[in-house]
Amino acid sequence: MNRFGWLYFPARLAWRQLVFDRTKLVAAICGVLFACVLVFMQLGFKDTLYASAASAPLKLDGDLFLMHKQSEAMWRPIQFKRSELMRVLGNPAVAEAYPLYLGLAPLKNIQTQAKRTLMVYGFDPDSLMFNVDSARNKHIELRLKDTVLFDEYSRPEFGPVRQLLEAGRNMTEINDYKVTIIGLFQLGVSFAADGNVVTSDLNFMRIFPRRNLDDIDMGMIRLNPGASVEHVQAELKSYLNEFVNVFTYEELLRHEKDYWANTAPIGFIFGFGTVMGWVVGLVIVYQILFTDIANHRNEFATLKAMGYEQGYFVRVVFASASFLAVLGFIPGYLLSLGLYNLAESQMYMPMPMLISKVITVFMFILSMCFMAGLLAIRKLKDADPADMF
Amino acid sequence: MSNVIEVDHLNFSFGSGTLTQPVLKDVTISLEEGEIVLITGPSGSGKTTFLTIIGGLRQALHGSVKVLGHQFINSNEQIKVKTRQQIGYIFQQHNLLKSLTALQNVCMTLEINTTMTEQQRYDRAAEMLIAVGLGDRLNYKPDQLSGGQRQRVSIARALVGQPKIILADEPTASLDKQSGYEAVSLLKCLAKESQTTILLVTHDYRILDIADRVVELEDGMIK
Repeated sequence: MNRFGWLYFPARLAWRQLVFDRTKLVAAICGVLFACVLVFMQLGFKDTLYASAASAPLKLDGDLFLMHKQSEAMWRPIQFKRSELMRVLGNPAVAEAYPLYLGLAPLKNIQTQAKRTLMVYGFDPDSLMFNVDSARNKHIELRLKDTVLFDEYSRPEFGPVRQLLEAGRNMTEINDYKVTIIGLFQLGVSFAADGNVVTSDLNFMRIFPRRNLDDIDMGMIRLNPGASVEHVQAELKSYLNEFVNVFTYEELLRHEKDYWANTAPIGFIFGFGTVMGWVVGLVIVYQILFTDIANHRNEFATLKAMGYEQGYFVRVVFASASFLAVLGFIPGYLLSLGLYNLAESQMYMPMPMLISKVITVFMFILSMCFMAGLLAIRKLKDADPADMF
Repeated sequence: MSNVIEVDHLNFSFGSGTLTQPVLKDVTISLEEGEIVLITGPSGSGKTTFLTIIGGLRQALHGSVKVLGHQFINSNEQIKVKTRQQIGYIFQQHNLLKSLTALQNVCMTLEINTTMTEQQRYDRAAEMLIAVGLGDRLNYKPDQLSGGQRQRVSIARALVGQPKIILADEPTASLDKQSGYEAVSLLKCLAKESQTTILLVTHDYRILDIADRVVELEDGMIK
């Protein structure tokens, strides 16, 4: 028997049996589709979570960052002394060091007066801390008393700030303190904050009267050109107090991501959801393959009597499983694409359908169908031609 | 003429220990090439069991069963699978594949060995279906055929591989007198042309006249 026929004939029989019973085929496709959408959504949410968690540190323009060892994530920082940051200036490779103040505070919607919490970033405007042009261009104006920049990508609950600014309505309150919105910048929301505001370090202290300039949340360090980041990091670690972490840019991103993945159980929840989707799909496909074999028991036994070997039927079952995987994946992918767009419009977070994710989910679905096939082939031994006569 | 089936002192029983139920006792029979042999006998006489042993579907342990020169007693599965491919089966129920057309069903016999092209297989299968009088029903599914037509499709399926032996188990049981008789006559006619040996189990006395020899089995023994 040649190689082509080895797979082609059982696959063709599997296909003919699948399309013969349309109702069952549709039910089977729905099962795979369900698992497919479930896995797509769980992975999508997870990736969005991680991406949004890193959206703020991603825009920080620095080489090294200081953080208190007890700070689990940027949105819930532990303060440390500004003097600790200033000690790094003793290293000849360090060009400049700036403190970053972070705080969650309610912002009053200009239209509805409703208050909603957002993240306030306070830093010396001349440090150009955020690598966002629209924020950098306003660094002179930000020096003025009680001025803030508002993140255009914040959730719509804060009001149509762009239109309001154009209409000249720019007065609002943060933490019950009156401020003027002098412009917009672009950052994006995360699971921790529904919106963002940037202001100067001095304004930050006015908004948060209990804070003082000596207790900082993060430190940003820029090195002289040509200095080795790893080298300076090692040096700083050796003489700074042990309660601060010295992160490189990549380590800071990973630290933020890891918080959501491990410390907050959310990463686990989505991972669990993914596995559940796999298991549910597995059970559905297994049931379908199993009853299919049971229904075709007589036919398989007949073929066995005619001289077909056991391997042929195993290939028929796996071909069925593969067909179901492909037939369920295509509508599942299209439906997920629509749901991704829907979720994006609801969450105001990017939820891209990456090709790598498409491949991952397809492999996931394929492995699910193969596993179901593996479990179902036990049923084949019931097809005993000796019981047929 | 040579013997295609040689059975010597075959004993077979179901169960084990004190529950052992002997089914075949010291059966000795041989069939020549091109011979048509009918096995009759009351229910429970062991006819069907005998047929499944000849077909290599059931493993017997005592005696000797040689089919087409292969010893089936204590043989491995591989030899039996190979031998099965040279045997055509006709079942009591037609046992056609529901999802396939008549033509595709007949092709299933030819797809075991893929030396032929798709077109050759279709031509051979169509020729065979025309020979059994179903030239106008090639693309009908089993559901759309009558009982007699289905049995004729299964006769075509058994014969299309040009087997050396045809084993048939009550092929007329689910048919009325006329279509039953037509079916076996057709089988006989086509088999005689190609010198095929037929072993047919039945208790339908209306078809005894097609046989070269009638063997009666009772309580596992040949009378």
